[in-house]
Amino acid sequence: MPGFIALAGGAFICFALAGLAADAPFRSHMAVMALVLAIGAAFVARIPERSPAEIEAEQAGYFDAPIRYGTILTVFWGCVGFLVGVIIALQLAFPDLNLAPFFNFGRMRPLHTSAVVFAFGGTALMTTSFYVVQRTCRARLFSEPLTWFVFWGYQIFIVMAATGYLLGITESREYAEPEWYVDIWLTIVWVAYLLLFLGTLIKRKEPHIYVANWFYLAFIVTIALLHVVNNLAVPVSFFGSKSYSLFAGVQDALTQWWYGHNAVGFFLTAGFLGMMYYYMPKQAERPVYSYRLSIIHFWALIFMYIWAGPHHLHYTALPDWAQTLGMVFSIMLWMPSWGGMINGLMTLRGAWDKMRTDPIIRMMVVAVAFYGMSTFEGPVMSIKSVNGLSHYTDWTIGHVHSGALGWVGMITFGAIYFMAPRLWGRKQLYSLRLVNWHFWLATVGIVIYAAVMWVSGIMQGLMWREYDADGFLVYSFAESVAALHPYYIARAFGGFLYLLGGLVMAFNIWMTIRGKVRNERPIIQPTAALQPAE
Amino acid sequence: MSEREIDDVTGVETTGHEWDGIKELNNPLPRWWLWTFYASVVFAIGYTIAFPAWPLISSATPGLLGYSSRADHAAEVAAAKAAQGKTLARIAQMPVGDILADQDLSRFASAGGNSLFKVYCSQCHGTGATGAVGYPNLNDDEWIWGGTIDDIYTTIAHGARSPSDTDTRYNLMPPFADGLLDTAQIGSVARYVASLSGIEGGEASPEGEQLFMDNCSSCHGESGQGMIEVGGPSLNDGIWLYEGSLAAIEAQIAQPQHGVMPAWLPRLGDEAVKQLAIYVHGLGGGQ
Repeated sequence: MPGFIALAGGAFICFALAGLAADAPFRSHMAVMALVLAIGAAFVARIPERSPAEIEAEQAGYFDAPIRYGTILTVFWGCVGFLVGVIIALQLAFPDLNLAPFFNFGRMRPLHTSAVVFAFGGTALMTTSFYVVQRTCRARLFSEPLTWFVFWGYQIFIVMAATGYLLGITESREYAEPEWYVDIWLTIVWVAYLLLFLGTLIKRKEPHIYVANWFYLAFIVTIALLHVVNNLAVPVSFFGSKSYSLFAGVQDALTQWWYGHNAVGFFLTAGFLGMMYYYMPKQAERPVYSYRLSIIHFWALIFMYIWAGPHHLHYTALPDWAQTLGMVFSIMLWMPSWGGMINGLMTLRGAWDKMRTDPIIRMMVVAVAFYGMSTFEGPVMSIKSVNGLSHYTDWTIGHVHSGALGWVGMITFGAIYFMAPRLWGRKQLYSLRLVNWHFWLATVGIVIYAAVMWVSGIMQGLMWREYDADGFLVYSFAESVAALHPYYIARAFGGFLYLLGGLVMAFNIWMTIRGKVRNERPIIQPTAALQPAE
Repeated sequence: MSEREIDDVTGVETTGHEWDGIKELNNPLPRWWLWTFYASVVFAIGYTIAFPAWPLISSATPGLLGYSSRADHAAEVAAAKAAQGKTLARIAQMPVGDILADQDLSRFASAGGNSLFKVYCSQCHGTGATGAVGYPNLNDDEWIWGGTIDDIYTTIAHGARSPSDTDTRYNLMPPFADGLLDTAQIGSVARYVASLSGIEGGEASPEGEQLFMDNCSSCHGESGQGMIEVGGPSLNDGIWLYEGSLAAIEAQIAQPQHGVMPAWLPRLGDEAVKQLAIYVHGLGGGQ
């Protein structure tokens, strides 16, 4: 009932705002949101009331209902984000696929980045943090209504952001495109998330706070800080869709990249390290390799990361001193990042044989390997002379995707496969062989994607800077674009394989939820127990 | 709860903590990891001593090497200019025809013209200068305003129908459908023009020829060979600016389209226009 009232009230408010709108995009956006919330309210109204006995039974254990929704939505948003990624990859290869105005590249690109980072990644982080914090604190999430507000509030943020992009509403800040009113909504939701997480930590029954929770907490706190500062802006009208940033010029650029880089650092690194620290030892059934390493690399990571943003602005109007600091902090970040990789991989000591038998472990290992690779590549690319070649080229895109597809995607898939049978009380997944298929589709997809982008990016960088013997530029920009065509097709193919893997996962999870088990041969044929040598 | 135990597989002691079944081993920091971390910190400190780094109240530490990206860029630009300086100075002083005659200068100018062409000209004329509908192909030997090196220089320098340049190449064909010829006459003359280069549907009727002589030959020549002095394109060589079909010819007579090229001299300067002229001249059709 409170859910229905909140959604119906929200729909009414959006409807009223649509009436008061000062500009057409705001009116369309509010009308769309009113419709979405009204549909949501209609769904909620149809949920049957639970009996007191049911409620009591439910409240005995951990609060897993939102985690079940979150698992499904993570898979859903993942597939949506990958699909939009394949579409925009094809738009780059075949510009005729730009369907103006709603589906041209300029609107679809933020839809892709937000769908994978905030919808897929964000829902995954929120869902797994609910799962992990309860189990490692031996405490139920401290408030049910607050949990529902945080969970659905965040989903509403996702829908607001996505519909806004397609309507052409944008702040034009990379990875922070939603306009001021969407930002305010996210701030409210995020502060509630922080309270929910802290409240649950406070009522924990374990004496110590597990390392995964440090990382989740660092992620929640820092994202709040980054989001608020980067989005400080003055709206043109309180009933309008446009705002102007509080910062200007190079200060604005630096604020944006302080945000942008730490969105990578605290959203896509720290948060997912939290995920890795729980699901990897659980799946491997091995202790974490080194407690001391986890402490040192945690503090080093969060201290170093926050300063590294200026490396996105090498050779720009940003003063030299800030560029220097951005670069050296990025280099110092190398080992703190690798601390997580070492702790992940070494946790498998004594369980390496599971690489052969357990495709979920294999996914997690590949995730950590890609994490290690991209956190080495990052510091290399922050070196000014390397950046002079790599900046503005596809190399950057390849780098981001080896981190996003390899690390973020794979560790999330591992966590989803771990949780699904447990959340729905199934003995096992529908099919481990399909997990294996997903593993190979995704891995081959990433390798194609990253390798193609290295080649095209370096080629692009070299073409732009090539001078002939007389000191004249050899290539025009358009020629470098034309040269990228075959690589763009190959990249779209890599992304397509990754999407295919995502769909295989969606099917597998769906069948698991339905309680089906596929009749299949085990991954490794059972062999006769080894006999000791005589 | 907090009981330390020995992990069977590795023989390492645990910390005694346990969360949901997860324990932690009490392994030390890997040495190589720690020393690499220290090394990166030492490198970072050294680098910030050498380069501008630490912010002060109104400036920042300049670094021992005295590096500045602006000064670095300025020095690179100065070096690049110095490397080309002498040659460019000669290009500036010499008439474009003499540059073409000088083998070394001509090669240099053509390379520079190629580079400039890609930036400023390829958008309309194409990267291979093959043109497009409405944009002349520069590889063939049809030149509306003349194909000598001086003609090409003048065309590039002053543009075509450029509103900002009084010396621009200027020709305008009247829209014959606006009361000059009726539809039947336009059809007749169009078929005549088409017949000059054997286009399908062309027909050299006496009426068409008469209309051509009366209305077109003063600019396009009596046999349609074109007149460079007035910028009248030739109509008998199968090269067409607006497609070589009967329908396109008819449309162009009725309501002609006219392209515009900016005057490049004020934007790029004399040396650049000379290089462009030599490059375009060398594309194959220069006279």
